[in-house]
Amino acid sequence: MADISYNFAGIKTPNPFWLASAPPTDKEYNVVRAFEAGWGGVVWKTLGEDPPVVNVSSRYGAVNLNGQRMMGLNNIELITDRPLDVNLEEITRVKKDWPDRAMVVSLMVPCEEGPWQKILGRVAETGADGVELNFGCPHGMSERGMGAAVGQVPEYVQMVTEWCKKHTDMPVIVKLTPNITDIRTSARAAVNGGADAVSLINTINSIVNIDLDIMAPTPTVDGKGAHGGYCGPAVKPIALNMVAEIARDPDCNGIAMSGIGGISNWRDAAEFISLGCGTVQVCTAAMHRGFKIVDDMKTGLANWMDAKGYKTLDDFRGLASANVTDWNQLNMNYDIKARINQDLCIKCGLCHIACEDTSHQAIAAARVAGDRRYEVVDQECVGCNLCMHVCPVDNCITMERVDEGKPYMNWNQDPRNPHRTAAE
Amino acid sequence: MSNWAGERKMGDIAGIAAGRLSVDELSKNFDDMYPALDSKTAGIEASRCYFCYDAPCMEACPTGIDIPNFIRKIQTGNYRGSALDILTENIMGGACARVCPTEILCEEACVRTAQEDRPVTIGRLQRFSTDWLMETGEQPFERAAPTGKTVAVVGAGPAGLAAAHRLSMLGHEVEVCEARQKAGGLNEYGIAAYKVPHDFAQQEVDFILGLGGITVHYGQALGQEVTLAGLRDRYDAVFLGLGLGAVRALGLADEQVEGVYNAVDYIAALRQSDTKADIPVGRKVVVIGGGNTAVDIAVQTKRLGAEDVTLVYRRGADAMSATPHEQHYAQTNGVKIKHWAKPASLQVAGGVVTGVGFEYTELDPDGRLIGTGETFTLEANMVFKAIGQVFIPDPVTESAACLELAEGRIAVGDGGATSIPGVFAGGDCVSGGEDLTVAAVQDGKLAAHAINDYLANR
Repeated sequence: MADISYNFAGIKTPNPFWLASAPPTDKEYNVVRAFEAGWGGVVWKTLGEDPPVVNVSSRYGAVNLNGQRMMGLNNIELITDRPLDVNLEEITRVKKDWPDRAMVVSLMVPCEEGPWQKILGRVAETGADGVELNFGCPHGMSERGMGAAVGQVPEYVQMVTEWCKKHTDMPVIVKLTPNITDIRTSARAAVNGGADAVSLINTINSIVNIDLDIMAPTPTVDGKGAHGGYCGPAVKPIALNMVAEIARDPDCNGIAMSGIGGISNWRDAAEFISLGCGTVQVCTAAMHRGFKIVDDMKTGLANWMDAKGYKTLDDFRGLASANVTDWNQLNMNYDIKARINQDLCIKCGLCHIACEDTSHQAIAAARVAGDRRYEVVDQECVGCNLCMHVCPVDNCITMERVDEGKPYMNWNQDPRNPHRTAAE
Repeated sequence: MSNWAGERKMGDIAGIAAGRLSVDELSKNFDDMYPALDSKTAGIEASRCYFCYDAPCMEACPTGIDIPNFIRKIQTGNYRGSALDILTENIMGGACARVCPTEILCEEACVRTAQEDRPVTIGRLQRFSTDWLMETGEQPFERAAPTGKTVAVVGAGPAGLAAAHRLSMLGHEVEVCEARQKAGGLNEYGIAAYKVPHDFAQQEVDFILGLGGITVHYGQALGQEVTLAGLRDRYDAVFLGLGLGAVRALGLADEQVEGVYNAVDYIAALRQSDTKADIPVGRKVVVIGGGNTAVDIAVQTKRLGAEDVTLVYRRGADAMSATPHEQHYAQTNGVKIKHWAKPASLQVAGGVVTGVGFEYTELDPDGRLIGTGETFTLEANMVFKAIGQVFIPDPVTESAACLELAEGRIAVGDGGATSIPGVFAGGDCVSGGEDLTVAAVQDGKLAAHAINDYLANR
């Protein structure tokens, strides 16, 4: 059986599955249940200064798709609303009772050195394994100059990271907000500040929907709504891209990454790890189905690793990031055409209408002895994959490579590129 | 039609009795065959639709409803739009959603049948939308400016009502002659009660007549109170939606004895009973036939409390006109189906049937059905004839206005045009009729447009 334990920036964890800083990790009761279920670690819900914040009622909004609930979720909840002492006492007890699990504590205090120094000292006394700096929370706290208000300013990210490194020996993980133009800028700031790792993504500024009867966004608080932080399966593609951007940025120095964003199962986790993450953090999936989902995550990942011959996470960690490149490095001579398996085709015609109405008119609709038949017109097919994606039958439409014998040639080398000389 | 329950004294015959089950049990047994979908389940089922291009289901629908479009509108909560997609093509979309053999029409064609043998349940979704609109009480259709023409429609069944509705929408006045005391045709008198419970047929009639411009005259049978020649004289055009008036006989001696009945007459009486507690049923019931009427009578007598119901058909399961789905439904309702046997004799004691003698059948080398000479007997208190209905041509073949027939029914061309100009026909009474509600509705709709063209060009 594959070994899925990991040493993440000095934090040992029996498996890469952590619960992200969020309601599931707000108190001892939940965290103990999570550890009993088998989670490798938690990032305790963000601690702040006393007096604790006060939350509103009506906190989550959801995007449902075709009867599937919570494809996306957003929230307007703030950091922990419990007193600091209560949280610290519980953290201490849980870490003592569960020494093999990773205990990371999320922090958010005003952007001044004193408060950071003070709270780091308190956390160190709990025996926690590390801290995560919440520079991402996009709602509420940012209006008070914290969370994303810090994360969106690289200079602040670096400055606070430096303070934290100065005042603690615990590994420092910087949690990044996606609500920026280029994630690498924030990541570089964390690296320059001495961070041991980054975690990403925090939630995305969002309004999940408008209640058309009351003309207000949801979640609605007495007729009004505020933007919230978007998460859940819908945000995974955004998170994967940001992870890949950091992974392949030389200035980020291969910094350790904890992947967050729509991770619901072992396959999602494997994808983040393949882009270089050492651990992954989960929230929405657990909030949807409970902590038991970690069982599939652990066994699914190990079974897949066994099938692939990977003995440890490092055996495949980052393998995919090597294949993430800039568009101008793609092979212009690569050529694929759609192929329809007529035996599998159920005659829904979606490939035809998608191509006919919105693409290249490369799938002809015909009737052969009264029966519908859809066929690819090779000379029109540009190999865009759209038909393959709309086809509801697995493996009915596949893409066949037809460019045999042509050498690699990227856009910078392509004679069709008018700026080729300039690019060279 | 003979009101058999009134004419005969069922209760006096041993083995036949009403009220075998409690009113509660009967009410449960004759409630909806399939429960209505709620908005949640309808939305999920609607999301299974792929929104096919050139959708095979549409081609399989005799009324050409844009099925993917109406289903998508359920998914988005545009229920009114969904219902109008259906009702614009098929004003009896609510009845068809309940009674159509979808498993051999749209749902058989559904690409998910090919993919996973589990079609989108189009019929149930159609019911969701049409019920939604009818429950709003809205009358969504409008009449065109009056044309000054009046059209006679004979028969207020699916064909006649569909024709009347469309003619009225096109601006014509419509006068409907209906032989019975209620409109709806087979939806009111002929379909199994559990397929159209809760007086749905009359609600639909009210919805259709709610358009206005349609007057129904009850107790007006063609050939009796009215004649085709008379209607031709009085109206600008005539549509005939007569249905089938006679039941095929078994051709056995003693067929008129007590206990041997026409399935259609019994179902009509059962449909008119509110509680079903007054409908006598035998302990042992034998049904002869292989169509949907045979299944309907078999299942309904079982649900009335008959102990043993045996449906006997002279050929194999594949040849039954009841769909495999209907056959399965009968069997899961406790009906025993025996294939390859034909009735040979009725056993009678004291003027009352006591059993049916059958001869086993097979196909000879030329593929013809023959008796094998071997026989068996089924005990029976009630025997139902359900071997098909036939058209009675007399009212349309009088010398004053005689229509051409084909295969024993009215011969029609495009739009239901008969051999007499200005006389159109559709539904079960025309040659090539499919004995389907949905096909009758389409006939009526197309005939209305043909009549409209005829009146415009005259």
